[in-house]
Amino acid sequence: MRCWGGGKVKHTLAVLVENRPGVLSHVAGLFSRRGYNIESLAVGETDDPSVSRITLVVEGDAKIIEQVSKQLNKQVEVIKVNDITEEETVDRQLLLLKVNADIAVRQEIMQIVEIFRCRIVDIGRRSLIVEATGDDAKIQAIIKSLQSFGIMELVRTGRVSIVRGQK
Amino acid sequence: MQLGAEILIESLRKENVRVIFGYPGGAALKIFDALKDAADIRTILVRHEQGAAHAANGYARASGKVGVCMATSGPGATNLVTGIATAYMDSIPIVAITGQVATSMVGTDAFQEVDITGITDPIVKHNYLVQEAGDILRIIKEAFYIAQSGRPGPVLIDIPQDVTAAMAENIDCKKVDLRGYKPNITGHIRQIKQVIELIEKAERPLICAGGGMNSARATEELLYMAENAGIPVTTTMMGRGSISQDHPLALGMLGTYGLAAANMAVQACDLFIALGMRFGDRVTGATAKFAPHAKIVHIDIDAAEIGKNMRVDVPLVGDLKVVLGQLNKRLQSKENLSWRTEIAEIKAKYRAKKMEAEAEEEISVADVIENLNKGLTNDCIVTTDVGQHQIWAAQKIKTNLPGKFISSGGLGTMGYGIPAAVGAQVACPDCNVYVITGDGSFQMGMPELGTALEQGLPLKIVLINNQTLGMVKQLQDHYCQGRYSSTEFSKSPDFHHLALAFGALSLRVAKRQELAAKMEEFVQHRGMAIMEVVVPARENVYPIVLAGSGLDEMVGT
Ligand SMILES: Cc1ncc(C[n+]2csc(CCOP(=O)(O)OP(=O)(O)O)c2C)c(N)n1
Repeated sequence: MRCWGGGKVKHTLAVLVENRPGVLSHVAGLFSRRGYNIESLAVGETDDPSVSRITLVVEGDAKIIEQVSKQLNKQVEVIKVNDITEEETVDRQLLLLKVNADIAVRQEIMQIVEIFRCRIVDIGRRSLIVEATGDDAKIQAIIKSLQSFGIMELVRTGRVSIVRGQK
Repeated sequence: MQLGAEILIESLRKENVRVIFGYPGGAALKIFDALKDAADIRTILVRHEQGAAHAANGYARASGKVGVCMATSGPGATNLVTGIATAYMDSIPIVAITGQVATSMVGTDAFQEVDITGITDPIVKHNYLVQEAGDILRIIKEAFYIAQSGRPGPVLIDIPQDVTAAMAENIDCKKVDLRGYKPNITGHIRQIKQVIELIEKAERPLICAGGGMNSARATEELLYMAENAGIPVTTTMMGRGSISQDHPLALGMLGTYGLAAANMAVQACDLFIALGMRFGDRVTGATAKFAPHAKIVHIDIDAAEIGKNMRVDVPLVGDLKVVLGQLNKRLQSKENLSWRTEIAEIKAKYRAKKMEAEAEEEISVADVIENLNKGLTNDCIVTTDVGQHQIWAAQKIKTNLPGKFISSGGLGTMGYGIPAAVGAQVACPDCNVYVITGDGSFQMGMPELGTALEQGLPLKIVLINNQTLGMVKQLQDHYCQGRYSSTEFSKSPDFHHLALAFGALSLRVAKRQELAAKMEEFVQHRGMAIMEVVVPARENVYPIVLAGSGLDEMVGT
């Protein structure tokens, strides 16, 4: 997925690292030191428990992102860096959203939830908690549709991505 | 079962460590206790931990081996930081070992606790916080491998007190296995062919040798290439020693404080072959104006250097010794006669100028270096501090072999010269080791004279006293209309008595007529000697490339 804006590109980097303390802050430091904000970050063990995968989305000048990727590659605990920005990927993030839901609007909210194929995972007296997974666009759309009811709280995970097909 | 501290010493022994520069403290108690019994490892007590790191650096550069320094937790560890950063910037292989508060206390702001692995993260090649005594052997093995392989650099190992005090099985570790760390050694064959083609087509090729040449110790390969293919050679400050200053193809140091001839050659060449250098801003001047007619070949062991600071036409990643060997095998012999004539003309046109003396007895720093050069033999080592004296030395001093000119290039750390010389002298006890320093830098590195005294190191220190922080004063001349702010010493200590206090022969020269004789006495002295040379404050380093200018737009040629 690519979003253009101001000559800068959003890059998705998939970084395989040793599953050890300190590695994440080390990786993050390479970005923060150059004044780059990591927009989204997801870390988890892979099929090999000694290896973690960090998926991070960062916006920046292509040349500098390339330089940071090379610096990442140099780190002893970094096993592999893939810039999957240009690849065909499946992207997902998870959203949990608590929305105002008086009896009067409850039905309407449930319809929206159905249209987007997400789920209601908790029902309070005046609120509902909605769980959704999807790519960036879908998550944005859900948030937008529920905004008018009054969002009480919203959390979302970083994006995880996987390249389609053989690679 | 063995004590953690003993496992540590045994691991160091396995890496052939003979010398450790260190300073003890509570959290390192067990380590130093174990060192007491290690008769085959010389522990040199420094006077400040920064000195330990610089000494390890000087040791590494003079010997080609890994330098080791050691400190306690907290202030001991933070005192190492400038030295670690200095080694990082110049890609010098050192291993720094720090004591840490006990594992159970980590994170509690315990007495003398600092997060030294966090602090050093951006200035080490790698670091470790040891969790268990059983890991020590493997970690030491990895650390030494990482420090000296690929692009060398500092590695820090932080060991909590309880880990050095714990008993553990000393599990042998045969091989280093780091799946995320596999340096590229051999050059890619397609790119090798491209480089050959470019060299064969080029009419005005130029080689630039950087610090990587010194770490790869590939002088022979470089010489063969230069002579066989008729290519003149310039060097960065870190690359000094890759080629003899007297070689007809040698142009000397380039850069914003480089020699005019070298800079003009860069701007005239049609092929710039960068060997183990990183195109730092002190080398390139304004990057957009750098070598405007040239294709650029960049050969380096670190892929991340390629394209970082400079456009590149052909990148080639690999070990210089191997890659130059690959190239030399394929390279046809070539003369490039008209280019070499042109180079000779450039060299003749841009001869270094001396400051005009206001009085007959006035000494120019150039006089000092010239006189010192007469006393130098090929095995002599020269370290420098940072400032104008450093630049004059880098431009003119006659050291002709790798590892003989030792100066803080990337970080420009004042206070480096004396401790680096301590390390170099320990590495090469039979060489004469000279320090060229200024009155500012001397006062930063001075504590390590105590180390030199105790260890009986016959350092020869040339103290250029211009009564100022000359280099910054010069910047104030250029950029602040000569308003000198905090760059003039209105009072200085009596360097003569200071030298005596450290048991050194003390010489003081203020008249040009006396310089040669005093220099002779200085060079001949067998023990430590300090020669203070009083020079006028007004002398500046020329030529200089000011901010925003290209290398051919020098001031003061
Ligand atoms: C630790 C440190 N602090 C400050 C500087 C900035 N600096 C660069 S050169 C210089 C002056 C050095 O003076 P001196 O050692 O007397 O040498 P000179 O330039 O006079 O030859 C200073 C302050 C530095 N390089 N390192």
